Amino acid sequence: MSTTTLEAVTRGRIRRNRRRWTVLTVLALITATMFSLSLMLGNTYYPPGDVLRVILGETVPGASFSVGTLRLPRAVLALLVGLCFGAGGVTFQTMLRNPLASPDVIGITSGAGAAAAFAIIVLGLDEVGVSVFAIIAGLGVALIIYVLSFKDGVAGTRLVLIGIGIAAMLDSATAYVLNQAGQWDLQNAMRWLNGSLNGSTWDETIPVALALLVFGPLLLTQARNLSMLQLGDDTAAALGVRLERTRILVIVAAVALIAFATSASGPVSFVAFLAGPIASRLLGPRGSLLIPSALVGAILVLTADLIGQYAFDTRYPVGVITGVLGAPYLLYLLVRTNRAGGSL
Amino acid sequence: MTHAETPSGPGVATPRRPARVRLAWLLAVLAVLLVTMVASVAFGSRIVGWSDITAALGGANETLDQAAVIKRIPRTLLAVAVGAALALSGTVMQGVTRNPLADPGILGVNMGASLAVAVGIVTFGLTTATDYIWAAIAGAAIAAIFVYTVGSLGRGGATPLKIALAGAATSAALASLITATVLPRGDIAANYRSWQVGGVGGATWESLEHILPFLLAGTVVCLLCARPLNSLALGDDLAAGLGERVAVARGVAALGAVVLCGAATAIAGPIAFVGLVVPHLCRLLVGLDHRWLLPFSALAGAILLTAGDVAGRIVARPDEIEVGIITALIGAPFFISVVRRQKVREL
Repeated sequence: MSTTTLEAVTRGRIRRNRRRWTVLTVLALITATMFSLSLMLGNTYYPPGDVLRVILGETVPGASFSVGTLRLPRAVLALLVGLCFGAGGVTFQTMLRNPLASPDVIGITSGAGAAAAFAIIVLGLDEVGVSVFAIIAGLGVALIIYVLSFKDGVAGTRLVLIGIGIAAMLDSATAYVLNQAGQWDLQNAMRWLNGSLNGSTWDETIPVALALLVFGPLLLTQARNLSMLQLGDDTAAALGVRLERTRILVIVAAVALIAFATSASGPVSFVAFLAGPIASRLLGPRGSLLIPSALVGAILVLTADLIGQYAFDTRYPVGVITGVLGAPYLLYLLVRTNRAGGSL
Repeated sequence: MTHAETPSGPGVATPRRPARVRLAWLLAVLAVLLVTMVASVAFGSRIVGWSDITAALGGANETLDQAAVIKRIPRTLLAVAVGAALALSGTVMQGVTRNPLADPGILGVNMGASLAVAVGIVTFGLTTATDYIWAAIAGAAIAAIFVYTVGSLGRGGATPLKIALAGAATSAALASLITATVLPRGDIAANYRSWQVGGVGGATWESLEHILPFLLAGTVVCLLCARPLNSLALGDDLAAGLGERVAVARGVAALGAVVLCGAATAIAGPIAFVGLVVPHLCRLLVGLDHRWLLPFSALAGAILLTAGDVAGRIVARPDEIEVGIITALIGAPFFISVVRRQKVREL
């Protein structure tokens, strides 16, 4: 009897592990494919060989400029921003135990975006200054939302609603900053309203890469504690999680990822919100969603940017595409949860 | 705000206010509105004295000051009209949905109107203000029905959280669609930008003329719905027991609200939170009876929007801040305080 139970448990674990690795491999492959495609496709098609030679530093007539100077920073930024939004989003969703509590719904992205727009347009700061501004604003918004939703403990619904209110306020602050910009630059405005990768250079890409290198691993070290937090504070504490330390580390790391990504590409709509739920549907309930969500985020941004650039007559910023695709999913989630009678 | 401690919100009993108190409040609100309107013609990048205002109102247009006043009159009237329309619309929406967070901005109705106008201009080549208004009303109606349907599916009906989320999601999708619609047309995109913030700076007598019939019609419908709204506040079953045709009452009241906010949005752009803030404040002043609440909300909305417009002109002199930004900055904290006052299970 006990052996069969043991066998069943072991078999289940092996099966889930196998599924996890399969999903992770597939996601990584899709990410790599989309990344390569965004280097190859464009006004002129360059075969993989040319692209590879450019990346390795050889000079290929034509390709060196198109791929090396135009497409590579853009594709790398898309990849990084997607990873950041995916990881940051699922961290908040896991920590607050609510799929709706993603940083773009509860206003943290809006805060970072408003601050970054202000720092660039009004103060004229460089990339580092902008990122610092964005992080401070993101942390500030997180703190404000937490404090405001505290009333006999923090209830998820209240936090989400307060976040929506804060987001509305911050979005209008962004609109104001954009209006302050003497000259109306549509491309620039698109970046802060919807999120856009147009005109991205290495200057914007490098800070995001550094942020991911520092805060990504930090978040990964907390992944286990984070999953235990999902069991509830008391259980997690009993399992040896140092609640406050974990929470602070996780919030700082997640906000930093979101803020750096937002100050480079603007608030790309719904990526942070979508990545987590998609990853969790692919993987099932077990295990940390951090890496799969980051990959899903990268796939979303890379794919949406390709669609936005080449699928229509007009080039659309990436945020318009993710916004149009993402909102129906949010509504679907809402309807599905409602039907099932579950509580949000 | 001596009544700040009084509980408010639909479903919470507020002591009946004596008619005398209400009448006093009415006079006070009218006086404030008048003062605000005077301030609105007096203040701006150029501050105009009393003598020039009266002279300009009498038709004189000789000095720069008088010219400024003449330019500010349609703007003031538009602010009054749009503020009243949005507040009335918000009050009716809160009554119809029995939802303290209902507001044309939060429900995504404004964005529906915006998208309809954008699509109308780009795809169907609409050019006249009246066309815009019809398009906006149609878009507002579709968005309102959509958001309400999505938000009320499933158990528990239309809770504030579900409605607010459905509204936020719809707004985000609509915003992306609007960008997608206007982006290929640079000429429209530039216009759209100033309109999308929400403001009354571009007011002319002509735009007032176009919007007025719609606003009047919507106002009449909404005011006529005062009694049915009072019944609806008691709950659907009780309202039906009182002889109210619940579905009809809801439909008619919602239609009035949609016409008001659609028309207001067509002219002034999406202005959020006026419809949220005003009814809550007015309930503190005059109680829950919609026969008083509706006209009061209209007046208070007019005050809020006009005062916000004046503030936007004073704060950033000689520049100005669009009133849509001011109302969001004032309104969002208010929204949060309403959320905080609700019990969790009511969300």
